[in-house]
Amino acid sequence: MRTVIFRAIAPYLTSLMVLFSIFVLLRGHNEPGGGFIGGLIAASALAIYGIACGVEPVRRAIYFHPMGISAFGLFVGTLAGVLSVFAGVPFMTGLWVYPTLFGVEIALSSVLVFDIGVYLVVVGAIGSIALALEERDRD
Amino acid sequence: MSASAPGATFIVLMLPFLAALITPWLTRRLGHNAAWLLALAPAAIFIHFLGFSAEVADGGIVTGGFQWVPSYNVSFSWLIDGLSLTFALLISGIGALIILYSGGYLKGHKQLGRFFSFMLLFMGAMLGVVISDSFLMLFVYWELTSITSFLLIGFDHTREASRRAAIQALVVTGGGGLALLAGLLVIWNITGVSQVSLLLNYGDEVRASPFYLLALFLVLGGAFSKSAQFPLHFWLPNAMEAPTPVSAYLHSATMVKAGVYLLMRLNPVLGETVWWETILPVFGGATLIVGTLLAIRQTDLKLMLAYTTVSSLGLLVMLTGFGSEYAISAAVLYLVAHSLFKGGLFMVAGLIDHEAGTRDVTRLGGLRKAMPVTFIAALAGAISMAGLPPFLGFLAKEEIYYALWATDPWSLAFVAVAVVGNGLMFVIGFAVALKPFLGPEVKTPKHAHEGPVLLWLGPLTLGVAALVAALISPLTHRFISSPMASAISGEAETVTISVIPHMGPALILSLVTIAFGIVAYRMLDRLRAGMASLLQTIGWGPDRGFDQFVSGIVRLSGAVTRIVQPGRLDFYMTATFVMIAIALFAPMAWYGEWPSMPVWPADVQFHELAVFAIAFLGLGAVIYARDRLTAIVSLGVQGFAVALLFMLFGAPDLSFTQFMVETLAVVILALVMTRLKLSASDHRATRDKLIDMSVSLVCGTGFALYLLAVTQQPFNPYISDFFAAYSKIVAHGTNVVNVILVDFRGTDTLGEIAVVMVTGLAVLSLIRVSVGYAGIKIGDNDPDRREETR
Repeated sequence: MRTVIFRAIAPYLTSLMVLFSIFVLLRGHNEPGGGFIGGLIAASALAIYGIACGVEPVRRAIYFHPMGISAFGLFVGTLAGVLSVFAGVPFMTGLWVYPTLFGVEIALSSVLVFDIGVYLVVVGAIGSIALALEERDRD
Repeated sequence: MSASAPGATFIVLMLPFLAALITPWLTRRLGHNAAWLLALAPAAIFIHFLGFSAEVADGGIVTGGFQWVPSYNVSFSWLIDGLSLTFALLISGIGALIILYSGGYLKGHKQLGRFFSFMLLFMGAMLGVVISDSFLMLFVYWELTSITSFLLIGFDHTREASRRAAIQALVVTGGGGLALLAGLLVIWNITGVSQVSLLLNYGDEVRASPFYLLALFLVLGGAFSKSAQFPLHFWLPNAMEAPTPVSAYLHSATMVKAGVYLLMRLNPVLGETVWWETILPVFGGATLIVGTLLAIRQTDLKLMLAYTTVSSLGLLVMLTGFGSEYAISAAVLYLVAHSLFKGGLFMVAGLIDHEAGTRDVTRLGGLRKAMPVTFIAALAGAISMAGLPPFLGFLAKEEIYYALWATDPWSLAFVAVAVVGNGLMFVIGFAVALKPFLGPEVKTPKHAHEGPVLLWLGPLTLGVAALVAALISPLTHRFISSPMASAISGEAETVTISVIPHMGPALILSLVTIAFGIVAYRMLDRLRAGMASLLQTIGWGPDRGFDQFVSGIVRLSGAVTRIVQPGRLDFYMTATFVMIAIALFAPMAWYGEWPSMPVWPADVQFHELAVFAIAFLGLGAVIYARDRLTAIVSLGVQGFAVALLFMLFGAPDLSFTQFMVETLAVVILALVMTRLKLSASDHRATRDKLIDMSVSLVCGTGFALYLLAVTQQPFNPYISDFFAAYSKIVAHGTNVVNVILVDFRGTDTLGEIAVVMVTGLAVLSLIRVSVGYAGIKIGDNDPDRREETR
């Protein structure tokens, strides 16, 4: 699979896919998209990079162990649910704030935080499976 | 009833847990001297509860608490009456002394901080048990004592014996806790109240209920396992694997008394029935005798004391079961006396071990010159244990004989049991207190000398307390015994007994006991040899039974696993899909709800047909592909076609996800293929192919029929209308699918992502651990095989 063309294109393709996955994640609340699908896109981006350039560069690029990313995602997701307890409303109730940044109103919510958690869990879990399968040298 | 200082009581209940948090840090700074500071926590608790004594002595009951889970009517609430107050004082008072003692005993131990932490956690749990008013709070604390005692018993976790004892204690007492939960739920169902303080008014209702026996047996299961009643007594002596401060605490005033506490607490509710007044005395009496006989057999100081603890618990259960006024006051006095002398004697045993280097009574002697203070403390404990004046144990024993004495055969039998039990406890008490100290000096592994103040302070204080409590008996009765006896029996009672002996049957029985004890003491070595050979002939005990039970369970699960998991992947797949087929067809066949043949829609567009055609082509390619890789990619083609269909029919999110899932599935399947190094093409026999084909056809048809049947039902738009209407208003999102996933049903998604993560972990370990890797083979958890290789 390590053809020159594929290897040359893969880093750009991967960056674009990761960027796109974040875009999909962020727009998910109002347009088609969301954390799950975004996570899948990012995971396939990692898989493509791994197939093209080997697993080591991918592991270096994402720095953390993918399972660690996944666990952190679960933690973030749970935290987003627990946040509502401090506001005195039942677990997982969505909380919204609208801060204005440079004159633009930005909608932030615990729901978005939760979706980011979903994204991280999916990237980490699927990514680590794909990377582990790509590592052939180990056996 | 009053609800004074609810905040203070709550803080006091949490104090041991808070102290446990800072303990490791404190111990790193101060070493074993941290004990002085840490003992302040139980001391503060003791003082706080002492503040209630005047009110409780006047017959008051203090309750308080907070709502915990209002929707289930569960509260975090406490009940302070004579019974719980006495227990709380014992737990915190002896707890403070034990913390100090631990500091001396484990001085220089690497994990002293951890030990203090466990100890304080246990203290908090135990305090919670006796203070709880709410059933569920009681249960939570009850199991917390099991868990923390597991940590304490297994503290020396590098030794297998400790680990075994810890697990055994956890299994027995934790299992009993589940029985208790069931019992409390039954009572909750009968009466509709979930608080002890309210339950006390519902005694008649519970006793009249057809579920009374069920509730009784379940509660007794909890109480008997915790309080080590025969035949569940075996975990208690094994728990002696723990460091001595643990034994001194758990087996004097706390852990094992929790069961007795429960029986006393529920006496007004479950008691005064034939069942109660038969089961409790019989089991208690049997435990009393078995415990003392087994104690005679031991030479280890701690084990001797452990078995007498078993018998003392038996005595307490027996007295609680009698339920008469005298029996209750006897139980109260004996409980307090036992907590004091047994705690002290355990500490003495640890002290001897610490200073002389052994606990074997046959290798000890003549220590009285080297350890005079210890000797005094030991004597005080033994005199109280033997029931001699002027210690609290004497009052207890007199009251026991007052309570039991009657001339009908049933009572006489128990009088005999009590005399023998008390006589043998007399023997053990003095064997522990005299044998190591009197006689010629014996060379011990360590050169013995008096221990530091941290070590002897505890036993000496407890000995003095037992003496003072007896000498000022009117005060003791006013503040401790009478309120506690009233709480147990459910009506006001006054305890009057004093240190001055009265003529009567009780005194004669006392004299008989003492005479019997002295004779038995002189014959101790012969009795011990006799018991040893007797036990040798029996050969089997519940302790062995526990091991057989556990290995039986492991064997059973091994056998079941071999049947349901033969280790062949194709078998699993076939079984799974056959089950799916059954699940699809069975309901339709059972209810006769087969779908009618669908009408071919008139306005099928050309591009829709084209997508269908692609899907069919993909499927055809899967079936006719020469090698597996082609088949996998072709399956992806079919999946993409389905994703296109979703897109055409207005489900962009679904389609989007389907595309990604198909892509990743193809990539991952292809990677798996290359890793497994399977042959490129399919080599199944024609027969296997036919079977697999029919299973897949049946499943496919089943799904098609099922979907047809579902879509032919009239569509109920209620839920989809709800989401469409409220998605923007309530959840500020226009993508209904996403809003459902992350907001309306967010908790579901939280569970799902947890599953995704765990699945990722599982797959990862499956990839890493191939069969034969690192010496792990299938069937390695097979108990038979493991024993062979040991």
